[in-house]
Amino acid sequence: MKKILSIVLTVAMTAAMLVGCGSTEQAGSDVFKIGGIGPITGGAAVYGNAVKNGAQIAVDEINEAGGINGVQIEYQFEDDEHDAEKAVNAYNTLSDWGMQLLLGTVTSAPCVAVAEKTYADSVYQLTPSGSSVDCVKNDNAFQVCFTDPNQGAASADYIAQNNVGSKIAVIYDSSDVYSSGIYEKFAAEADAVGLEIVAAEAFTADNKTDFTTQLTKAKQAEADLVFLPIYYAEATLILSQANTLGYAPTFFGCDGLDGILAVENFDVSLAEGVMLLTPFAADAKDDATVNFVTKYEEKFGETPNQFAADAYDGVYIIKAAIEKAGVTPDMSASEMCDLMKKAMTEITVDGITGEGMTWEATGEVNKGPKAVVIKNGVYTAM
Amino acid sequence: MTRIAGREKVMSFLNYLISGLSLGSVYAIIALGYTMVYGIAKMLNFAHGDVIMVGGFAVYMSMNALGLNPILAVIVSIIVCTVLGIVIEKVAYKPLRKATPLAVLITAIGVSYFLQNLALLIFGSDAKLFTSVVNIKAISLANGQITITGETIVTIVVCIIIMVVLSLFIKKTKAGQAMLAVSEDKEAAELMGINVNKTISLTFAIGSGLAGIAGALLCSAYPTLTPYTGSMPGIKAFVAAVFGGIGSIPGALIGGLLLGVIENLSKAYISSQMADAIVFSVLIIVLLVKPTGLLGKKISEKV
Repeated sequence: MKKILSIVLTVAMTAAMLVGCGSTEQAGSDVFKIGGIGPITGGAAVYGNAVKNGAQIAVDEINEAGGINGVQIEYQFEDDEHDAEKAVNAYNTLSDWGMQLLLGTVTSAPCVAVAEKTYADSVYQLTPSGSSVDCVKNDNAFQVCFTDPNQGAASADYIAQNNVGSKIAVIYDSSDVYSSGIYEKFAAEADAVGLEIVAAEAFTADNKTDFTTQLTKAKQAEADLVFLPIYYAEATLILSQANTLGYAPTFFGCDGLDGILAVENFDVSLAEGVMLLTPFAADAKDDATVNFVTKYEEKFGETPNQFAADAYDGVYIIKAAIEKAGVTPDMSASEMCDLMKKAMTEITVDGITGEGMTWEATGEVNKGPKAVVIKNGVYTAM
Repeated sequence: MTRIAGREKVMSFLNYLISGLSLGSVYAIIALGYTMVYGIAKMLNFAHGDVIMVGGFAVYMSMNALGLNPILAVIVSIIVCTVLGIVIEKVAYKPLRKATPLAVLITAIGVSYFLQNLALLIFGSDAKLFTSVVNIKAISLANGQITITGETIVTIVVCIIIMVVLSLFIKKTKAGQAMLAVSEDKEAAELMGINVNKTISLTFAIGSGLAGIAGALLCSAYPTLTPYTGSMPGIKAFVAAVFGGIGSIPGALIGGLLLGVIENLSKAYISSQMADAIVFSVLIIVLLVKPTGLLGKKISEKV
């Protein structure tokens, strides 16, 4: 037994040394090292994989076209399982690898944790989809997607302007910063634009399998629209439990619902008619979107969602900022960070998730929202 | 107008009650396993919730990968869980038979994490949507204002059957009598020629077999399956067992159902956010008034 153990240890140590050698050889300063962090396994895996794949396509395009100012990009992605602690571990792994710029993280709660680390280490961070305000509270962090408050307000405005519903029920996760952030702003804005919230029901991370009570309350309150500022995993349960109860209001969600069609074993007919606010529609006909969607489908065999698009744009935003700031790969991460911070407020980027995107020094993005509806099992622009 | 409004209120109350019973029946079936093991072996098997999760995966794999029909899948799950229970008992608990109860408790928590992480390695942490093993249509009452799902009916019926069979088993069979004797006094039972080790192993086997059934029903009622599926219901079911009087088999049923109903009614009428806090407050109050739980036997401490 002891012998086996010592052999195993020897092998492990040798392997570790070899890995060490490998990384020192690669750690030249002739490439831009962009790291990515997100959940590629776990309950939010659809997002992480989308970001990883979307960014990969942009990186490949840029490298094929000769790189940024003639410098190639190297891109490495680490899993965080939508867990703050694991995200920090992933960040440390990437730092050891020599990451200079971070495109991540994908989900809000881990992003807030990693934002503290990047701020302390002075590393430039661009989150494709971490939408909490806290993700960008430090001056080194920027967003590609909307902040939660913006999503909440934009949802209320959209519902009011398009008469999607008048009596509204909300089911949100009070233990999640993303969900409660959207809900609070939504409630305030709904009040301002004359929408009536007839039921506001919460659930928590420990209590997220049975939604029949929340749905029954919404039904009793005669809500014709249920607003779901939550992630898709719980939404699948809500849709199937509403179906069992024979309750069929309009369901309206934010970017967290994006990905619901990709859930294994989920009956997509239940999602028919679900609306969601998302800046990206895969069936848009402009050249940039068509190019991205075609490449994504070819390479990964599925239709990209908003997260993939955010990540794709994210890489191009980094490219634009690098070009504006005149950053070169031999700089240290913190030198880069200082130049990039300034450049971010000066650039305007046309991407597939919005035209004329600009950034405030606060890190929040300015662009217009769009809504899509699920029709015949695909996201369709409205 | 007021009559209609009143009627609607009654209907919605009935609906909340039924979804509470549905949740409670799942707690009850898990609590049966807890209470049985505690009642006889006098140990809290905190890994019980995770054995349930393994049962859920056993059903999921047999139905989706092997294409077995639901009944066979549940049988596979019972077998897998029983074997797992025996192995856990042999490897982790048996060597600690003479150790302090605290050591066994900590070991149980260790086993719980071990099972979770093992499942994480094998199945990944992606949530899987579970296909229900119950193929009974929901019953619709009062012009569709009230619906009772097939899963709820089956869970409650199965719960009652298990409760009756377990009670009969303990009262009428030799092995059951041996269990009773071991629960009263291990040393005396040993002196009377009862094989205490075997009896405790048998208790674990039965408790884990029940976990196999509970896993299938839990995942059918709330159809997502992750390596953490068993942990929260496991804790709630433990609360239900204590609530009903730990060690008492009918107590587990009553405790589970009550817990589910209280949880759901407080979600409905007080606050959906505070539901868990209210449930645990009720537990504290019950234990202050009646420390042995609702149906718990009062045992005078031997000196």
